[in-house]
Amino acid sequence: MATDEARKSVLHRLLRDPQAVITASILLATIALGLLANVLPQHGPNDVVFGNVNLPTGSPGYPFGANQLGQDIFARVLHSINTAWVSALIGASVALVVGTTFGLIGGYFTRLRSGVEWVFTVVMTLPGILLLILLMPLTGGDFRATMLIYGFLMSPGVYRIVRNQTIGVSKELYVDAAKVSGVTHTRILFRHILSVVRGPIIIATSFLTGTAIGVQAGLAFLGVGSAEIASFGGMISQGFRAINIDPMQFIWPSIFLGLITANIVLFGNALRDALEGSRPKPQKITATQTTEGFSAEVSGPADELAVLQVRDLGIAYKSPAGVLNEVVRGVNLTIRQGETIGLVGESGSGKTQTAFGILGVLPLEAKVTRGSVRIEGNECLGAPEPVLRALRGNTIAYVPQEPMSNLDPVYTIGSQLVEGIRAADGCTKPEARERAIELLGRVGIPNPQRVFKSYPHEISGGMAQRVLIAGAVASRPKILIADEPTTALDVTVQAEILDLLRELQEEMNMAIIMVTHNFGVVADICDRIAVMKQGQIVETGQIEELFANPSHEYTKMLLDSILDEDTIRTDPPVRQGANQ
Amino acid sequence: MLLYLGRRMIAGLVLFIVSSLITFLLLSMSFDNIIATRLGPGATPEQIADMAARLGMDRPVLIQYLDWLGGLFRGDMGTSFFTGADVMSQLPQRISVTLSVVLPALTLSAIVAVLLGVWAASRGGWVDKVCQGFSLIGNLIPNLLVAIGLVMLFAIELGWLPATGFVPMEQDFGGWLRSITIPVITIFIGGAANIANQVRGTMIDELRKDYIRTLRTRGVSPRAILLKHALRNAAGPAVTVLGLTFITMFGGALIIEQVFALHGFGTFAFTAATSGDYTVMLGVMSVGIGLTVGMNLLVDIVNGWLNPKARVY
Repeated sequence: MATDEARKSVLHRLLRDPQAVITASILLATIALGLLANVLPQHGPNDVVFGNVNLPTGSPGYPFGANQLGQDIFARVLHSINTAWVSALIGASVALVVGTTFGLIGGYFTRLRSGVEWVFTVVMTLPGILLLILLMPLTGGDFRATMLIYGFLMSPGVYRIVRNQTIGVSKELYVDAAKVSGVTHTRILFRHILSVVRGPIIIATSFLTGTAIGVQAGLAFLGVGSAEIASFGGMISQGFRAINIDPMQFIWPSIFLGLITANIVLFGNALRDALEGSRPKPQKITATQTTEGFSAEVSGPADELAVLQVRDLGIAYKSPAGVLNEVVRGVNLTIRQGETIGLVGESGSGKTQTAFGILGVLPLEAKVTRGSVRIEGNECLGAPEPVLRALRGNTIAYVPQEPMSNLDPVYTIGSQLVEGIRAADGCTKPEARERAIELLGRVGIPNPQRVFKSYPHEISGGMAQRVLIAGAVASRPKILIADEPTTALDVTVQAEILDLLRELQEEMNMAIIMVTHNFGVVADICDRIAVMKQGQIVETGQIEELFANPSHEYTKMLLDSILDEDTIRTDPPVRQGANQ
Repeated sequence: MLLYLGRRMIAGLVLFIVSSLITFLLLSMSFDNIIATRLGPGATPEQIADMAARLGMDRPVLIQYLDWLGGLFRGDMGTSFFTGADVMSQLPQRISVTLSVVLPALTLSAIVAVLLGVWAASRGGWVDKVCQGFSLIGNLIPNLLVAIGLVMLFAIELGWLPATGFVPMEQDFGGWLRSITIPVITIFIGGAANIANQVRGTMIDELRKDYIRTLRTRGVSPRAILLKHALRNAAGPAVTVLGLTFITMFGGALIIEQVFALHGFGTFAFTAATSGDYTVMLGVMSVGIGLTVGMNLLVDIVNGWLNPKARVY
């Protein structure tokens, strides 16, 4: 049912998109013209009337004129439309059927995957259009046979798409659930998987169609196939030779061929937008965070002792309708040297957005709407990127949540550390190198020399998190923002990482903002706590006070949800289906 | 890395053999036709059988294939069925004509596409619009029409450049440059559009990754982030597309050669196929497959160099 809804909304979106409607109408119109190929023109496509050789466009009975053989160009154009669409139909269907079938098999049945993969690798080495030419003695140049072969040659593209999608879906829990509950493979493939891969297949089809038409036209232009079968390529070739007599002989088929292929591409793009939604936009890494309707007015006085003071910070995202929705709504946060503050809240409460806003690395879509961020008394909101860049690494640093994705996979650990150190304080390479190895030792990595030379995929997650901490503290920053630094790690490693952060804090007298949803982490390491809900800080306080006597309902709820051996849950279990 | 290289090369060789075997089998199905065409309509079945026996076509196909493959490894592709000319010795000249159009077009495509794609992905705004518009236009119009349109404009209307023909580079460099200009532009438009779109897409994906943000929080310069990190990560897919584009350009050059009357590899293949010159066809096939396999190997090697993780496989 959900898929029916989704399908309906795709259709709705398509119908509301003028590009889709116009291009689809033009394509349908050409198909209709093709179907009327034996009705509309007054001559057959191969009727030769010698008296009518090279008739100009608009002659009676010959709306598009006649060619060098005295054939009706209008009739030949309409028949060429049919040739084009039949080519597209054959080529795309073969590619689709072969690619989809084997894509499903290769993606779903893991044991067959490498074999199927091999076959398609072989198909991909077959020399494309060259092969179509070489097989002319076999196909006799017939465009249907040729397109049948071309369909096979195009199938690896479809295969890849379907295989990747299928592998993705097969890992989903509901597919596992279906397998466990004894649903047959064919049923799973058709019900669950095909419905997911349908979108990408439809998009691919539209482009295959265009390619097939283009290739068929190209081959006919070369003279492959019988002259009896009207085709754009053949007509263009013929018209090109008569270009000095009457360019219209060449222009008519070109217009129609161009019209069909261009509209297929444009329709394909509209289809892709409707099925996949808006595509990611460029991300300016050189620009400062965008502010929109920004108001620098803040409540409360500046705290002279604070290393970091955030007042009334507002961050918003535009909804598809263009309305700004604030996800961070007037956050206040003050932190002094050496202090650790826990920024707590459930996911989606705006913790990470606040952290990125302070660091000045929000994504392009985010707009800073109001407030002030002062680092050591200097205003950062609206400050030019080079000024912020000088602060980053040196004064303020960041430890991310997910260790692996935060290391560049193609450079060694060492070169990434060296780069960061040199960017922050401009020392020489050997100096930075020495410091990096020392740091790796400091964060508890047993063999710093070896890890220095390793690539990220060669080390464990816990190790990678230590590397990232080393990178963050390399230039002895005054403020460290740690965004759930232990969430992605094993429980045993978690405690070690927290110990490490505590040690480093004492050593460097850093202020730490610990973004987390875990009260255990807070209790372990924080002095103060700020509880965040729906973009606002609802409660702040010293940790002992707040744990003993939470005043806000939400804080109480969060505290109650901590699971430990001493509490027995008394609330009733969640009703089945309550989430749906 | 050496092990990786060795494995890829063996895999490439196996691929070549399998792929050429398949094509050989397909071609062999038309051997009878070819002989019949050669002998003319009056040929009796005995004459056909006699000729097939003389050419060794009465043997099992697999034996014929192995015989041909053995010749290939010795550098012998046989002689033309019609002219008797040595196939192997004709190929380099034909290939060089095609390559002298395809390689400049590919180089130009790669340079323009990478510049445009990177610029569009990191700046957005009007640059991005230009990039997307360029990719769209390049995809919108069939190559064939672009070729003819350019000939009409530059050669027929303006008379700036020759419409057809090819001048070898060593004979007259200026003439060579003029003779390849329109074909190169034609191939370039389609190729650059595809690659630019690909580079733009992967660069956008790359610039949104977590490690980019982390590098920014370390104070690394935007230029280093863009060119050293994001581009190197995005280069893998771009190189793959570049390889595919080369193969498509080389195969598709056939149509361009026809429009511009260049006697390149495509025309060589086409003439052989229309006349049924099967030894030449087999030679053409091995070059086609060899180029594809070789290009894939090159792409694998470059990707292995670019991305340490790829070397594992």
